[in-house]
Amino acid sequence: MSTRRWEAVVIGCSAGGLEVLRLILPGLPADFPLPVIVVSHTAADSGGLLAGLLGRYCRLAVSDADDKSPVTRGSIHVAPAGYHLLIEKDRTFALNTDPKVCNVRPSVDVLFETAAEAFSGRLIGVLLTGANEDGCRGMAAIKGGGGLTIAQSPETAFADTMPRSAISAGVVDQVLAPAAILARLLRLTTPQGPSPDMRQDTTGH
Amino acid sequence: MKDAEINDIAIDLFVEALYRRYGYDFRNYARASLKRRVKELALALGFNHVSELISPLLHDPAFVDQVVPKLSVPVTEMFRDPAVFLAMRRQVLPVLASYPRINIWQAGCATGEEVYSLAIMLKEEGLYDRARIYATDINDVALARAEEGIFALRHLKDFSANYLKAGGRQSLSDYYHAAYEHASMDRSLKENMVFARHNLASDGVFCEVNMIVCRNVLIYFDRLLQNRVLRLFRDSLIRQGFLCLGTRESLRFSEIGDDFAAVDEDQKLYRKVLIAVGES
Ligand SMILES: C[S@@+](CC[C@H](N)C(=O)[O-])C[C@H]1O[C@@H](n2cnc3c(N)ncnc32)[C@H](O)[C@@H]1O
Repeated sequence: MSTRRWEAVVIGCSAGGLEVLRLILPGLPADFPLPVIVVSHTAADSGGLLAGLLGRYCRLAVSDADDKSPVTRGSIHVAPAGYHLLIEKDRTFALNTDPKVCNVRPSVDVLFETAAEAFSGRLIGVLLTGANEDGCRGMAAIKGGGGLTIAQSPETAFADTMPRSAISAGVVDQVLAPAAILARLLRLTTPQGPSPDMRQDTTGH
Repeated sequence: MKDAEINDIAIDLFVEALYRRYGYDFRNYARASLKRRVKELALALGFNHVSELISPLLHDPAFVDQVVPKLSVPVTEMFRDPAVFLAMRRQVLPVLASYPRINIWQAGCATGEEVYSLAIMLKEEGLYDRARIYATDINDVALARAEEGIFALRHLKDFSANYLKAGGRQSLSDYYHAAYEHASMDRSLKENMVFARHNLASDGVFCEVNMIVCRNVLIYFDRLLQNRVLRLFRDSLIRQGFLCLGTRESLRFSEIGDDFAAVDEDQKLYRKVLIAVGES
């Protein structure tokens, strides 16, 4: 059934991201069937406290992704501050300290592009608020690989550059407000939800 | 076949060519990171495909010197992760002070910012005169810059903040001369530094040391190569020598975990136990 198809959710955000993450992630049940992987630029400024902050509100366990550890469901994995987070083909995490991409490390593009290869068409990419264009190439990679791409609606975003750049690049399947993103993630992962192949008909445009 | 799969084949062939033609062994590097860098290299040289790197690599011996520095991007800072340097200053240097000579190996030194950080700390703790720091890397371009010790001035503000958080006793500006856009590190810091090319993937033990600092290098390797390098470190350390890894690296899942005890797991400071298993 439809739940079989999706294998992971990757989420990228920047300025204003913590507030939006708090609208989405606490709504995921403890038995949410997909691993959730998050890159937030602002984590670097907050000294890597993001996992701790989110953990207080979520039913899923939240922790920093460890180098070489497997991508597991039942958890929200957060890119540690100062490191790019990548997914290997064998679905383990990899970290590196390569140069910043789009002026940031961790970069959303790096996570999304490597996840798109590791999960190909079975990946859901979610791009939230942010003030730079990181994430646009990553969304293109996910969509190009047959995955599903969701962007936060620019009018609900604290900073709209990030979702807007992906939308205008034509690499976004669905544009949704935070509450609708949560609802969509839940529906995509419940057996009676719509088949992902129908996603073109259910876009939130 | 998908483009991504074809690209994977090209990467495998490229890595194999690099190894069999020149002995540079990238076969056990973590793939996702390596792949990104090889792709970027091809792009920077104006190629559309990674496979186009292979012919010049095989037939033009000068080409490899362009390739290797691009595969090992040296990104570093002075006193990166200040808490680590503070812990080293407080927990490790007082122990090292009991030795008449202090040998330190900084593996994967990149452009040298960490080497100068160590030298400054040793100086402030009164230990630099009897210390020697062996700083190694596979990247010749980076090593040459490390030896020069000239850093872009615009970074020094961040470095100074790190230095103070790391327990710095003076002002970082006491250790460099600013000229134009550059900060040139003080000559006296270089006196006991030795720079050399050393490949952790293929070279062996080259001396006995009291402490090894190797940060943010192991994350670029797969588990197999990590274990090789960690064995090399164990065999290079004197009994009760210290090992410092990157903040996201750990001995926890390694083969040699039993040969070390944590001094400070959070700061990734370890100490070789008195009788290491591998030594008996
Ligand atoms: C990210 S830098 C780390 C710099 C510094 N230790 C720090 O943490 O700020 C990684 C360095 O490891 C070096 N390196 C990669 N593979 C190596 C190998 N096989 N042997 C020695 N050095 C290597 C690279 O050339 C690069 O300079």
